Amino acid sequence: MPLTQIAQFGVNRLSILDENGKADEKLLPPLTPPQLIALYIHMLQLRIFDDKALKLQRQGRIGTYASSLGQEACTVGSAFALKNQDWTFPAFREHGVFFTRGVEMVKTLQYWGGDERGSDPGEGQNCFPVSIPVGSQPLHAVGCALGMKYKKRDAVAVGYMGDGGTSEGEFHEAMNAAGVFNAPVILICQNNQYAISVARKNQTAAQTLAQKAIAYGIEGLQVDGNDVLACYLATSIAREKAISGKGPTFLEFETYRIGDHTTADDSTRYRTKEEIAAWRAKDPIARFETFLLAKGILSPSLIDQIKQEAVAKVEKAVQAYETMPPQKIEDLFDHMYAITPKDLAEQKRAYVGFRQTHGKENQPDTIGPGFP
Amino acid sequence: MKVNMIQALNQAMDLELQSNPDLVVYGEDVGKDGGVFRVTDGLQAKHGSHRVFDTPLAEAGIIGLGIGMAAYGLHPVAEVQFSGFMYPGLNQLISHASRIRNRSRGRFSCPLVVRTPCSGGVKAPEHHSESSEAYYIHTPGLKVVMPSTPTDAKGLLTSSMREKDPVIFLEPLRLYRAFKEEVPEEQYATPLGEAFIRQPGEDITLITWGTMTLACKEALETISQNEKWSIELIDLRTLSPIDWDIIHKSVRKTGRCVIAQEAPQTLGLASEVMARILENDLLSLEAPVRRVTGFDTIMPLLKNEEHFIPHADRIYAAIQDVMRF
Ligand SMILES: Cc1ncc(C[n+]2csc(CCOP(=O)(O)OP(=O)(O)O)c2C)c(N)n1
Repeated sequence: MPLTQIAQFGVNRLSILDENGKADEKLLPPLTPPQLIALYIHMLQLRIFDDKALKLQRQGRIGTYASSLGQEACTVGSAFALKNQDWTFPAFREHGVFFTRGVEMVKTLQYWGGDERGSDPGEGQNCFPVSIPVGSQPLHAVGCALGMKYKKRDAVAVGYMGDGGTSEGEFHEAMNAAGVFNAPVILICQNNQYAISVARKNQTAAQTLAQKAIAYGIEGLQVDGNDVLACYLATSIAREKAISGKGPTFLEFETYRIGDHTTADDSTRYRTKEEIAAWRAKDPIARFETFLLAKGILSPSLIDQIKQEAVAKVEKAVQAYETMPPQKIEDLFDHMYAITPKDLAEQKRAYVGFRQTHGKENQPDTIGPGFP
Repeated sequence: MKVNMIQALNQAMDLELQSNPDLVVYGEDVGKDGGVFRVTDGLQAKHGSHRVFDTPLAEAGIIGLGIGMAAYGLHPVAEVQFSGFMYPGLNQLISHASRIRNRSRGRFSCPLVVRTPCSGGVKAPEHHSESSEAYYIHTPGLKVVMPSTPTDAKGLLTSSMREKDPVIFLEPLRLYRAFKEEVPEEQYATPLGEAFIRQPGEDITLITWGTMTLACKEALETISQNEKWSIELIDLRTLSPIDWDIIHKSVRKTGRCVIAQEAPQTLGLASEVMARILENDLLSLEAPVRRVTGFDTIMPLLKNEEHFIPHADRIYAAIQDVMRF
């Protein structure tokens, strides 16, 4: 028997805007000028938020924070393609998904500031809270998608992860189940080239992450993750496909984390300045801005106005965060079960009583240096 | 030289890498970055990347690989970045690591050390502050260690790296850089399974481990200023197997006992200690045994974690209750 090739596979990459902001006109998604401006506003707001959050962390006003500087196109572009009825299951670097879907910014500050109330996305928001365990939540997205299929809803579920997340066992279980059940799900990997200090090439020997989909019998696509139009278009197409019953998609958004892993990390231990500079030149916001200016959709004065409004919005969120009354002690116990068991209610009563008699009703809530 | 717990642990691995050519140290970020807490700092540069290496981000992978390496004759020392991220690896620990010896009727063994930071008090994000020792203690076949000083950390880790069975080595985050002490520079091994009396006393036994040793010492200081009670403080150090002899002897002497743990109350180690005391020392007791523990809730995010962690004032109040019973 001769050796015969029985299957052949390829991996595609989608990119619309090049590094100079020039578009491949044939690929442009059908977005109106106000929609294009909205995309720009979301990205800029996210960047200004990130910058502010880093400052707040350094001043001890929030805890450890994970910046998404340089990755704005991924979260904003993908979330912009979703509808209210869709569900998102983020990792911890997806602030842009929350903001773009309309979750209040103050929530993100509260969460990273160490206040559980920030995990409640608000009425009617189909946004699961942050998953700190890496690579666990793609399964939840697939499960949610099965629910949508079962109930015959025109909706999709989207699970996010990082390049590191694709090494965890549960990622593979999610991909496999998505394929087997033909789930209306989109799994999005923000490949920002590092999992803390471990570079992408030490995470997997695969040439691309997108190709991981092949083994599970689902479609995989690599997308220029610094091109917001490509991120948007890829997610929109995947959404249409999922809703029409044609199954799941795995999207690899290839991007770069410009900042440290978190405020507890020192990336100079494992990355070079040259590498960062090369990626800075691919900045997703600058690229999109050039494109919009050339199209006459943005003007320098409009940019100024958008910037000012973004700063004001972020400052307002900070103020709301800092003037929020502190959580009550009771709050620690109240959300464990639908009905608090008697024994737990007793633990709560005893502790509240103890604090009242021993003073220090609310212990100091200073925020230390934080950890990875 | 005075060193903190991180440096003491680093020394233990450095010396053992020198003296045992089969030892390997590995895990997420342990190589180039030296671990996110720098516990393995410099080890790769000194011993080479074939002995100290980074792995992909996968806890089941890290523990599972370790089982295979150990079975083949290496002595793997794995780092799992936080005990909150051990769970993806629990299947490997519980279904395999802990059972290899028993399953093969003693033919194969699994001398694997899994080091992981645990407990709270450092204002870290979610899943970085839990006290999960009970899961491991509840798994037959595992040894569970939790040091509370740099000296113990070095000696106990050295013993763990010479064990013939799997060891979960829990490193209390809060104690990593909490204080420094004079630690012998040479290699030394502190036996597993032996508790340590941090302060001898006659009136009441106070039993604890890990982070809570600090809160207990703080409580003892306040008590020594206000009361005349003489308190015996026992640091368990090894949580499985436990040094029951030291506990029974002490409780029979004092007739009173308080146990302090940071973990949630129900089915924590304190429950087992209490049960054994009741089984063995009931007639010596002059008051009910009391526990001071975390709550049966999820460890709160950083703004409220100080409410969860039992502090010196709660330990003091429990001791008062028992003394005045
Ligand atoms: C299960 C698990 N293991 C380890 C960690 C510690 N940790 C936090 S973030 C991180 C790296 C994540 O890398 P990646 O998935 O690429 O996402 P990125 O941080 O680059 O956005 C690690 C190892 C964790 N949060 N969860």
